[in-house]
Amino acid sequence: MQRPTPITTEIASRRRLFSTDHKVVGLQYFFLSLAAVLVGMMLSLLMRIHIIWPKATIPLLGEIKPENYLAYLTMHGTLMIFFVLSTAPQNGFGNYFLPLQLGASEMAFPRLNMAGFWITLLSFLVLLAAFFVPGGASLAGWTQYSPLSAIASAGPGQGLGTDLWLLSIALFCLASILSAINFITTTLKLRGRGMTLMRMPLTCWTWFVTAILTLLAFSVLLSAAIMLLLDRNAGTSFFVPSGLVVSGSPVEHAGGSPLLWQHLFWFFGHPEVYIAILPGMGMTSHLLSVFSRKPVFGYKAMVGATIAIGVLGFSVWGHHMFVSGMNPYAGFAFSTLTTAIAVPSAIKTFNWLGTLWGGHFRFTVPFLFSIGFVSLFISGGLTGPMLAQPALDIYLHDTYFVVAHFHLIMAMAGVFAIFAATYFWFPKMFGRAMNHRLGVLHFWFTLLGAYSTFMPMHLLGIAGNPRRYSELTGAQYVAALAPLHKFITLAAIITIGAQFLFLANFFWSMFKGAPAGENPWQCTTLEWRLSSPPQHGFGNNLPVVHHGPYEYGSAEWNGTAAQEDFLMQDAPANP
Amino acid sequence: MINRSPDHPTIRSSDSSLLIFLSLLLITIVTVYLFAVHPWWFPAGVSSSSAGIDHQFVAALRVLGALFIAGQFLLGLVLLRSPSRKNRSSRGSWPLEITWTVLIACIFFWFNLAGNRLWSEIKLHLPEEDALQVEVTGTQFQWYFRYPGNDGKFGHTNPQRFARPEEGNPLGIDPDDPDGKDDIVSTSLVLPAGQDVDLILRANDVIHGLFIPAMRFKQDTVPGMTTHAHFKPLQAGSYEIACSQLCGLGHYRMRALIQVLTTIEFKQWLNSRHASGS
Repeated sequence: MQRPTPITTEIASRRRLFSTDHKVVGLQYFFLSLAAVLVGMMLSLLMRIHIIWPKATIPLLGEIKPENYLAYLTMHGTLMIFFVLSTAPQNGFGNYFLPLQLGASEMAFPRLNMAGFWITLLSFLVLLAAFFVPGGASLAGWTQYSPLSAIASAGPGQGLGTDLWLLSIALFCLASILSAINFITTTLKLRGRGMTLMRMPLTCWTWFVTAILTLLAFSVLLSAAIMLLLDRNAGTSFFVPSGLVVSGSPVEHAGGSPLLWQHLFWFFGHPEVYIAILPGMGMTSHLLSVFSRKPVFGYKAMVGATIAIGVLGFSVWGHHMFVSGMNPYAGFAFSTLTTAIAVPSAIKTFNWLGTLWGGHFRFTVPFLFSIGFVSLFISGGLTGPMLAQPALDIYLHDTYFVVAHFHLIMAMAGVFAIFAATYFWFPKMFGRAMNHRLGVLHFWFTLLGAYSTFMPMHLLGIAGNPRRYSELTGAQYVAALAPLHKFITLAAIITIGAQFLFLANFFWSMFKGAPAGENPWQCTTLEWRLSSPPQHGFGNNLPVVHHGPYEYGSAEWNGTAAQEDFLMQDAPANP
Repeated sequence: MINRSPDHPTIRSSDSSLLIFLSLLLITIVTVYLFAVHPWWFPAGVSSSSAGIDHQFVAALRVLGALFIAGQFLLGLVLLRSPSRKNRSSRGSWPLEITWTVLIACIFFWFNLAGNRLWSEIKLHLPEEDALQVEVTGTQFQWYFRYPGNDGKFGHTNPQRFARPEEGNPLGIDPDDPDGKDDIVSTSLVLPAGQDVDLILRANDVIHGLFIPAMRFKQDTVPGMTTHAHFKPLQAGSYEIACSQLCGLGHYRMRALIQVLTTIEFKQWLNSRHASGS
């Protein structure tokens, strides 16, 4: 499908800030995520410090109180899950590279795209504003279980702070839905000539499936957030039952169900973790092939596994609710379906190892982070089948075992994929390469730091330490775990410190890095056809695709001896 | 060790395969050591469901631990292998793919079946005939345990009308209901060893989670819902109860004690509570 491209590029060059250019929008999302991850990371530092030194005085903030800790925890989770893991891989890199990799000149709906970003930015500001209102930010966690989230007197932060949280999330949902429609339409309608679905890079496949999940899951969360806002402000009772007494006062609600919120929330919340990790899986598959100089092992199986994860992802939400009071018979279904979703994940891992098998490796920084992704995915993934068992969840649910599990598989693996993608596409986005030595150092500190921080948390969980405890002074058996908590805090401080290596490298390389050239990594996909950074997209010279995305390593192409060990997707069919 | 490709000055790579292999080995060894020596671990299990849960956990740890070791080791190993000309054009193999899928599905589902059997043993049986009924109420940030007294009946409650924590009626037991006259309300859970206990779980404000690690017991208490869950403490002693569901700023200190007594001691405790007049 041809589009009148010169008009959009002209607009893009005229107006940089309020741009509908997908590359500008992608970078805007990326920098928004960078801001969010810095705030979220600093909050985690404050939490780790408070756990082991509850009386410590923090410069500018003073002493952290239990309610402050819970506000940090809520904001940390919200920022990281929504504004980092759901934003950078999908809306950041996806917006920038989906059209380029598909051979399209723009996203299908450029203005919708721009609107999506500005609504997300507004949502971010509304969220942060909660820190500055009376009572502070919400303390109910990113899951916002009702009635704690529904009743203003249930704690500091449950007043205006929680309304702002809900408003922010509703805006975020709206923006995500707009963006998802754009991704789906672009993938289905704007692929370049010859770019069949089965010639798409796996990055595009995962962006596409993630967009479908986003459309379905965020619509549900949007409705749920509006319902909870109505409960709080308009006298409805979707999620609040009758007869409650909160802070000594009777609550004027009747007929609602706290479990209804959990069902709606997790119907969104579980697909959400796949929204966060699927693009990372796509990037890892892509980069392992590029830097092994080998085709992806089992491309079709990878596509199938991606779709299977997307479909099954909608039928496992009840595994968050085994001890919630849900009918125990439902436990069988959710347990079995959750076990089923481990199978496509295992297929992916198998194919990553298969891709690496016998490769001609180039140990670049993005490759190192992709290897780290696979390692963390294995470590964090294997506790999944354990937590899928309702009988074991009786003990492990809501302990640090779960915190360890999702931080390894979703947070750390997700962040490793974001780092890999940043180091990989930085030359294309800014025309310069990032520093190799600093990148390698950053990788080693982050890999060992991530393991040192999150692996010991399994033992905290096995010892019965519940999550979301601001201090260790309650139960005696929790107090006995202080030495392990001290070690984890130390590891977290070192890991967080190491992230400044990345920041320094990033901003230094933006201005002083070595010029990258068109295709520094010798890749096959279409974005590497363009100048770095791409000035005008493909313009009117839309590429025609003749080959699959992973033509690496062969000595000959179409019977002709090869000069290079890779074949661009738009290389002539018969040279 | 750093080589620069002459045509592409920005590609820099140092051969880190050995370093990665050794790091993955180190991570694996330290992890296995942590789980094998486990300086921090489950408290001793003292309920009828402890043995089953512990056994299932250790079985899971063995199977998944083996997959963890194999996964990390293989990842390190494929990076160490010398480049191969033969495998370089490999685009996958359906026989291998299907074999692996069937194999891993068998492992996971075998394991899932064992877990489901255990879940049905714990959850799908009614409490024993002679089970002791205790009502548990979670409030911010205090647990209350109510015993029905000699009449075996709980008095009607209405927290909105009658709850007066400062007057000794935190649960709002209706003062006009004769069934409630002899109800005993305690802030610790006192139980006889060897007798099934049928807990009736409620909450008056927000959701809490009754977590008794030594009993391998956890169940949320949800406002507006009455949930039943039962277990049998086997061994006399004093154990801790924690709150496992985020309930507000005092979540971390919402602690209580569970005291398991011999049957005779328990009867004496009940009588002493009756004598003190509730």
